[in-house]
Amino acid sequence: MSAERGAKKVRNRFLTVLAIISFAVFLQQAPNLLDGYKIRIMNMIAINAILGLSLNLIYGMAGMFSLGHAGFMAVGAYVSALLILTPAQKTAMWILDPIAPWLLGVHAPFLISILAAGLAAAFFGWLISMPVLRLGGDYLGIATLGFSEILRILITNLTPITNGPLGLKGIPAHTNLRVSYGILLVTLFCTVRLMKSNFGNVIKAVRDDETAARTMGINTFQTRVLAFTIGCFGAGVGGALMGNIITTIDPRMFTINQTYNTLMIVVIGGLGSITGSVVGSVLVTVMLEWLRFVENPIMIGSTQLFLSGKPGMRMVIFSLLLIGVIIFRREGVMGMKEFSWDRLFSFFSRQRGDAA
Amino acid sequence: MNFSMFLQHFTNALGLGSMYGLIAIGYTMVYGILRLINFAHGDIFMLGAYFVFFATIQYKIPWALGLVIAVLGATACGLLVDRIAYRPLRDAPRISALISAIGVSFFIENASIVAFTGVPRNVIQPKLLMEPFALGTVRLIPLSLMVPVISFVLAAGLLWVIYRTKQGLAMRSISHDIETTRLMGVSVDKTIALTFAIGSALAAVAGIMWALRYPKVEPLMGMMPGFKAFIAAVFGGVGSVAGAMLGGLSLGFIEIMSVAFFPKLSGYRDAFAFVLLIVILLVKPTGLLGEKLEDKI
Amino acid sequence: MRKVILGVLICMFACGAAFAADDVIRIGFFNSLTGQNAFGGQLELEGVQLAMKEIPEIIGKKVELVIVDNKSDKVESANAVTRLIENDKVSAIIGSYGSSLTMAGSEVAEVGRVPLLTTSSTNPLVTQDKKFTFRACFIDPQQGAGAATYAIRTLGYKKAALLVDVANDYSVGLAAFFRNSFVKLGGEIVSDMRYNSGDQDFTAQLTEIISKEPDVVLLPAYFAEGAIILKQARELGAKFRFMGGDAMDNPEMVTLAGEAIEGFIYTGFAYAPDMPDMNPVAAKFTELWKKEYPGKETNANAALGYDCYMMYVDAITRAGSADPEKIRDALEATKDLPTVTGVTTLDADHNPQKDIGILEIKDGKKTFVGTVVPEM
Repeated sequence: MSAERGAKKVRNRFLTVLAIISFAVFLQQAPNLLDGYKIRIMNMIAINAILGLSLNLIYGMAGMFSLGHAGFMAVGAYVSALLILTPAQKTAMWILDPIAPWLLGVHAPFLISILAAGLAAAFFGWLISMPVLRLGGDYLGIATLGFSEILRILITNLTPITNGPLGLKGIPAHTNLRVSYGILLVTLFCTVRLMKSNFGNVIKAVRDDETAARTMGINTFQTRVLAFTIGCFGAGVGGALMGNIITTIDPRMFTINQTYNTLMIVVIGGLGSITGSVVGSVLVTVMLEWLRFVENPIMIGSTQLFLSGKPGMRMVIFSLLLIGVIIFRREGVMGMKEFSWDRLFSFFSRQRGDAA
Repeated sequence: MNFSMFLQHFTNALGLGSMYGLIAIGYTMVYGILRLINFAHGDIFMLGAYFVFFATIQYKIPWALGLVIAVLGATACGLLVDRIAYRPLRDAPRISALISAIGVSFFIENASIVAFTGVPRNVIQPKLLMEPFALGTVRLIPLSLMVPVISFVLAAGLLWVIYRTKQGLAMRSISHDIETTRLMGVSVDKTIALTFAIGSALAAVAGIMWALRYPKVEPLMGMMPGFKAFIAAVFGGVGSVAGAMLGGLSLGFIEIMSVAFFPKLSGYRDAFAFVLLIVILLVKPTGLLGEKLEDKI
Repeated sequence: MRKVILGVLICMFACGAAFAADDVIRIGFFNSLTGQNAFGGQLELEGVQLAMKEIPEIIGKKVELVIVDNKSDKVESANAVTRLIENDKVSAIIGSYGSSLTMAGSEVAEVGRVPLLTTSSTNPLVTQDKKFTFRACFIDPQQGAGAATYAIRTLGYKKAALLVDVANDYSVGLAAFFRNSFVKLGGEIVSDMRYNSGDQDFTAQLTEIISKEPDVVLLPAYFAEGAIILKQARELGAKFRFMGGDAMDNPEMVTLAGEAIEGFIYTGFAYAPDMPDMNPVAAKFTELWKKEYPGKETNANAALGYDCYMMYVDAITRAGSADPEKIRDALEATKDLPTVTGVTTLDADHNPQKDIGILEIKDGKKTFVGTVVPEM
């Protein structure tokens, strides 16, 4: 029995490595196979997956209802952009108020800026988590939402540092498939490790029954603060990647709608499921882009299909799909389950069994 | 700042705050009974305003009748939303209903864009309500006096329904324990539908009042007021009708007075409100008048 | 069941894919057709479609307009333009209402090496250091200076106040340029109040401004918000004059603001349906418009949409090719092209020098007062 399990473990590890390698080869070849539009969507999938994973850690795994993701993304996006932009670019861009002198010369390479973005977002997350994580349920949601809006208003108003509503532009497009999927892989790896570690169990214990966790001697508050801070780190990284693919950012990108977007990904994928966040990201990102065609007139023969070619139809259909998924599969696509090779094999053998 | 200017600001704050309160009571009612943050509330609010526009300007129906039609129309929409998007999720985790609510909100907004286009519309403002007059040095419009009165009357009526009628008893009972209520022979679905009907009617009234005060009807008009009212409701203590009014008024006063006292910082107006919100929640984690509610999961 | 759904999905996907043909020129149009800026994007689309109806073929090839919505959202803008370039293989792009949205799109267009011509993005940053980005409208420094010049030189105002949407790049930019010129010309800014996009209550800011007793208040708002502000100012008994920018120009403006808009002055493009001595292109545009959209008032945004299309017609004809790079080169050399909003010559920064029109609402009607030469 244990020998069989050992063999399975080896097999699974082998398959995982194989999958990663083949995906890496695919990414290497992607620029030759796919056009820029599809590559962009693939990048957005990775970024949304990183954002989804980070929110999932906060909400799905640690059970803290946070509506503040957009604010932490904004912090990440701005920190990264401000570090990457050259002094010449900065001088040209601040056309209203002059840029704060200390900021002008600050410069760092891309990867460092991503790290700094994560750290800065984590710092703000830690800052707000200290007071507000004492709140429970929806009150926490509101408090984090409020904090996210405060961050956005600060960014809008602090022109010498952020260039205010004019935003930043000309950020080099550093986010490519290698970077976004590399960081996604690291995020996935860390999340899986984290959840398998003792800390992962502690987080879940605090989520499921805080009182019981406390009686067992867990410092529940510290656990939640830590989980929240790590989640914010992810939001910062995601925001930074987003800025580096759009190459221009402004405060209006980071409203509550951005948070809803990520929340949708997490819930559609399956709250608490790591695989789910990735699946959710693929579904939501691809759906939103792909549904664009309904806004162009669809001709059947020589008559235009009713309601096609109307702006807004895309979101109408998307929202109906969203409601449909939630009603018919309320736990999300993956539920709380995770992907594993064993499950995949047993799924296929079951199918074969059905057929026979 | 001199005294007459302060009085003017005070009047402005009262006008805005009672408007927030009016939207918030509908919000808080649904929340208090179902623990569902009804993100579609702002959109029903918008539909109410649109129905008035269509009734009075497009179809030239007399004003009073148009108002009734708008409220009924919005109520019907609210019921439909509940039946289609919320009822199948009654026993699901709360987050599912929340996402469904976000979906409904997206749907109503975008379907409205498809149906009504994004061009802002005007509404007829009855001269009687809008002609500004001066009270000493303070200028105000009759509508600003009317809104608090309407809000208080509706809030009182709502309290009466919740605490003095059988249906109200059923609602309160549902807010504590759905299953037990069902066992007691109460038709849970009907009671919840009634809750949504009342909530939507309140949203429509608020939408109409808002459209009168700020006469610009467009598909996204419910987003910001809905957002603010949601905050006001939490501020006052979710589930508490009186709290919603108080929360709305507080929000109105914070917004106006922050500009009045710190004109240089007018760009931070909303930030003041949020900072205060967070501080109040820290001091009193269930809002100004909220009771401790056990989370229903 | 599952197979049926799958089949439907595949069919839908097939519909979604685009087929490119050689004998057509594809022009992409990305704009805010939904979301906060929907009112503006729609007008510009109507202008483009009007122009396309007039000239459906360029250099013997049929023009196909590919319309993509950007939901008034930056990420969507970038995606939309990527789609236009990569998926629909357009040769040229007409850009968006809202400078920040255009900026997000133009970053993509620069990489994809397809020319992007913006209708009404007046923020100077839009074309700054850009090779493939152009515009058909004037820029805010000129407009702000124009408004200040007119306020001081013609109207004789000395004290101005600003009421600015702090979250809107257009609003903040225009106000800053107005302030610079106004102060330079000897005026004084007595109050600088801010609000946030989406606010509907401006009573606090207005009460504060009223107490400072300015002669004129600059309101660089989008028209819908502007209309509400004008109404509230009237309710509060404001005595001063309001001035605005090109974003206030919209057919619905007077309907929304009612009596409160009487006497409102704004800078805009030198085009109004009833202006005297209309140039021939403008006259033609007005005539076509009245035929196509009877009962609908013409407007500057539609005119700019029309102009953008015509600028491409001119550039593509001169280039003699639908190759994006060649269109870019030809577009850059646009010179003395008569357009609805004045004679268009693109300068080194890809900006046209256009007249700044002064418009006033008199007796509930938009009236063209004249043009102003900004003292910079």
